[in-house]
Amino acid sequence: MCRLAAMTSNEYFSPMENILALETMKEGHDGSGLGLVLKDLGGEFEELKNFPILSGICSGNSVNILDEFMQAQGFKLMHSWSPLIKQVAGINPRGHYFAKVYDYPVHFRRRSRQERETLLLNTRLALRELGEKDGSIFVFSFYPDVISLKEVGDPLQVGEFFGLDKDIIKAKIVLAQGRQNTNYAIYLYACHPFFLQGYCTMTNGENTAFVPIREFLLSREFPGYTGYNSDSEVFAHILHYTTRQLGYPLTYYKDVITPLKNTEMDNRDDKEALLLMKQSQRPLCIDGPNCVIGFTPDGTCFMLQDSKKLRPGVVGGAKGKYVLMSEECGVDRVVPHRDRSTDIFPMKYDMVIVKPQAEEVQVWNQLQG
Amino acid sequence: MEPASGIRLDHNHQLTLKEFPYIVRWSDDRCKRCGRCTSVCPVKAIVPTVRVQRSVLSEGPLPGPSSTRKVVQAIEQVTDMERYCTGCGMCSLVCPNEAIAPEFNPNNKFLHYKNKGGDGYKRGGRRNDPSISTLDRLKFTRISMLTDPALDAARHEFRIRTLLGRIMPPEKLPMKLVNGKLVVDKSAAFIPPVREIYPIMIGSMSVGALSPPMWEGLAMGVAYLNEVEGMPVVMCSGEGGMPPALLRSKYLKYFIIQIASGYFGWDEIIHALPHMVEDPAAIEIKYGQGAKPGDGGLLMAQKVLKLIAKIRGVPQFVDLSSPPTHQTKYSIEEAVAKMIQSMSMAWGFRVPVYPKISGTKTARAVLNNLARNPYAAALSIDGEDGGTGAAYNVSMDKMGHPIASNLRECYLDLVKQGKQNELPLIAAGGVGKKGNLAANAAALIMLGASAVSIGKYIMQAAADCLGDENNRCNICNTGKCPRGITTQDPKLYRRLDSDKVAERVVDVFKAADVELKKIFAPMGRSTELPIGMSDGLSVDDKAIAERLGISYVC
Repeated sequence: MCRLAAMTSNEYFSPMENILALETMKEGHDGSGLGLVLKDLGGEFEELKNFPILSGICSGNSVNILDEFMQAQGFKLMHSWSPLIKQVAGINPRGHYFAKVYDYPVHFRRRSRQERETLLLNTRLALRELGEKDGSIFVFSFYPDVISLKEVGDPLQVGEFFGLDKDIIKAKIVLAQGRQNTNYAIYLYACHPFFLQGYCTMTNGENTAFVPIREFLLSREFPGYTGYNSDSEVFAHILHYTTRQLGYPLTYYKDVITPLKNTEMDNRDDKEALLLMKQSQRPLCIDGPNCVIGFTPDGTCFMLQDSKKLRPGVVGGAKGKYVLMSEECGVDRVVPHRDRSTDIFPMKYDMVIVKPQAEEVQVWNQLQG
Repeated sequence: MEPASGIRLDHNHQLTLKEFPYIVRWSDDRCKRCGRCTSVCPVKAIVPTVRVQRSVLSEGPLPGPSSTRKVVQAIEQVTDMERYCTGCGMCSLVCPNEAIAPEFNPNNKFLHYKNKGGDGYKRGGRRNDPSISTLDRLKFTRISMLTDPALDAARHEFRIRTLLGRIMPPEKLPMKLVNGKLVVDKSAAFIPPVREIYPIMIGSMSVGALSPPMWEGLAMGVAYLNEVEGMPVVMCSGEGGMPPALLRSKYLKYFIIQIASGYFGWDEIIHALPHMVEDPAAIEIKYGQGAKPGDGGLLMAQKVLKLIAKIRGVPQFVDLSSPPTHQTKYSIEEAVAKMIQSMSMAWGFRVPVYPKISGTKTARAVLNNLARNPYAAALSIDGEDGGTGAAYNVSMDKMGHPIASNLRECYLDLVKQGKQNELPLIAAGGVGKKGNLAANAAALIMLGASAVSIGKYIMQAAADCLGDENNRCNICNTGKCPRGITTQDPKLYRRLDSDKVAERVVDVFKAADVELKKIFAPMGRSTELPIGMSDGLSVDDKAIAERLGISYVC
């Protein structure tokens, strides 16, 4: 089973903190990989927050192909970052790991945010298509103020491999997942966290309703709903669909993926809307043992459980720093001196929401709305 | 040499028993000549007769054979094709000494001769094909175990419900945000009616095709399931109206009223409209039937007794045939849409209205037209294994389309358009053919059906219908149903106790519910019906796997 470690803070911190938390939960994962998504970046990226960052991996031969492609699209390279790769036993370096900051093509600089997001998405998908067949190019995200890092191996070793223990990169929100999708052949595009236009989730547990959900998302005719190398990718896309495409407030994400029974809706003011929503988004109901952790473009982080609460999950910390983890030992590793009595273990109706900058934590109850 | 009378002997037209589908085996030594078998036989295929019997005995101090002749009573099977033994087995049922039983004769030449008078063989029942259907070949192979825990069918909560009605796409829901909460803006768009129902429905069997206790038993069972067991099972009236009291009762909400090309019973329904205290569950417009595609409804004169005549608004003892097609039908875009509109309007757009068609290669064309009609609430497709009360044998055996691939291609077509949740598909025809009700239903759901409809299965399970795929019984059309299920003859239908039928209906649905949980639990599905979860299905035939888009296993 995957182990998840997310952290949100009002100060910049190293993703190594998440990795060390994953290490304490090692009994529960097989050390087969690490996926990191960093948002609200510090250090050398702090002054570049409005510019999109392309994160990924490419082979030595593909560096030029990628650069030429970006140039042809009109993107202007502003800054380039690469992890300081340290040779670690068991991890085979794949060539170049990169996070390149670009300025938008000239004619897009004054366009709306939505138009620019569309451009970034289409560019990322085109690059994916360009390099997926021969595995020469992997691109995980292309969005302002977000970096994704993914590799196969033990999380702690992957952290060292990327040189993250040297404190070179920091962020205010980091989502870390400690296991490749080992239920199937290991493939980087199947590694959580999954990111789409500012929305990001990671999940543990297998999603048994994967196929109908995938078919529903694919038929929405939104180009970003693609991939699905992992059954967990749909969680990120449902979040994107309900909040960005349909414009629902975040809490309705919970109502879509784990809808209430009709008899449980009585205490909700929005009962009528809930019923209609449940009917029209019936194929998006998840049905596996899943704990979902994610963030939205404004920096809100959340954790929620499947409708039977079949997976562990805990949120702890204090104003200014909250962690959302699979297990309590992970929370202890990162915030050992917190008031443990305030730890939150969300149950089946709960959605824990941590406001941007870790300002406060709320438990939203689905029965009460 | 010709006989003196001048009448020519013609043995070519005298059939032997070998030509018959069932041969009655009778044991002289076990029979006590009570006569029960001959009186109960619905087709008079056996008769009491007398024979001369010669016996040879050797007796006395110096035994020597001596023969005697005596007249004995016997049971004889007639060789008149109009009175062929249907294999129903009622004779065995009533025999106190197990002296008689029909035996299936696989070498029969029944169809060669059953066309006397220049008319094809007509019957009721099912398609005579005892082979294993595709549905029964499908296996559930995605078993949750370690990577995700299997659920416990007995302990976990399962929600086995489905939706009947046109469902709006999320993008078009008339909702607005007020103080951070979604509010429905009813003035912004028409919101079609949607019912939450149990995914196994009782399909259309009319009052008329069924006897009063049978129809009543089904209706009572359905009401009990809803009112007491909390299972929202619905039942379709079939064409022929509904008992007037039921139309005006609160139980109407558990019934789907069917309108077909003969409009039988609709005079009564329309007159009852102002007095209805509940809306029906839905309205089904019948355009076709899986058992006899392209053929209309038929209730033969012998079944049109007083009650039926009253409900349908017709004279007694006349053949009631519904035309193969609605006389008002001109084109699907126009006439079908109008029919759906009219029916919707009659109930103030509060009731889902959907068409039912027989399985056909053209189902997708119908589907696509309906997908464009925002008032079409569903599409019911009835496959070739569906049953009927009366039809030509050729229609039943040779016409039609299997449900599995027909349903699947329709579902995938909807997926392509992103409308798989908007227009529910109801699959019927052969569900539970071999008794695997829950497994067949689950397989169809995973292929894309929102619900399934059953007919023959419930007749067999709830009222011990004798029919099978070897043409056993199958005389529903004659009004002589030996079980009292499909007859209007009080002497026959008094054999059937409606309370017992209702009890069995409840048994069947509760058992199916348990079995559905036993299928869904190991597959890790409990919160929502696994509609279209085709990754859970496999089959041991490559061609079927390819056609249905599921995996092949061996």
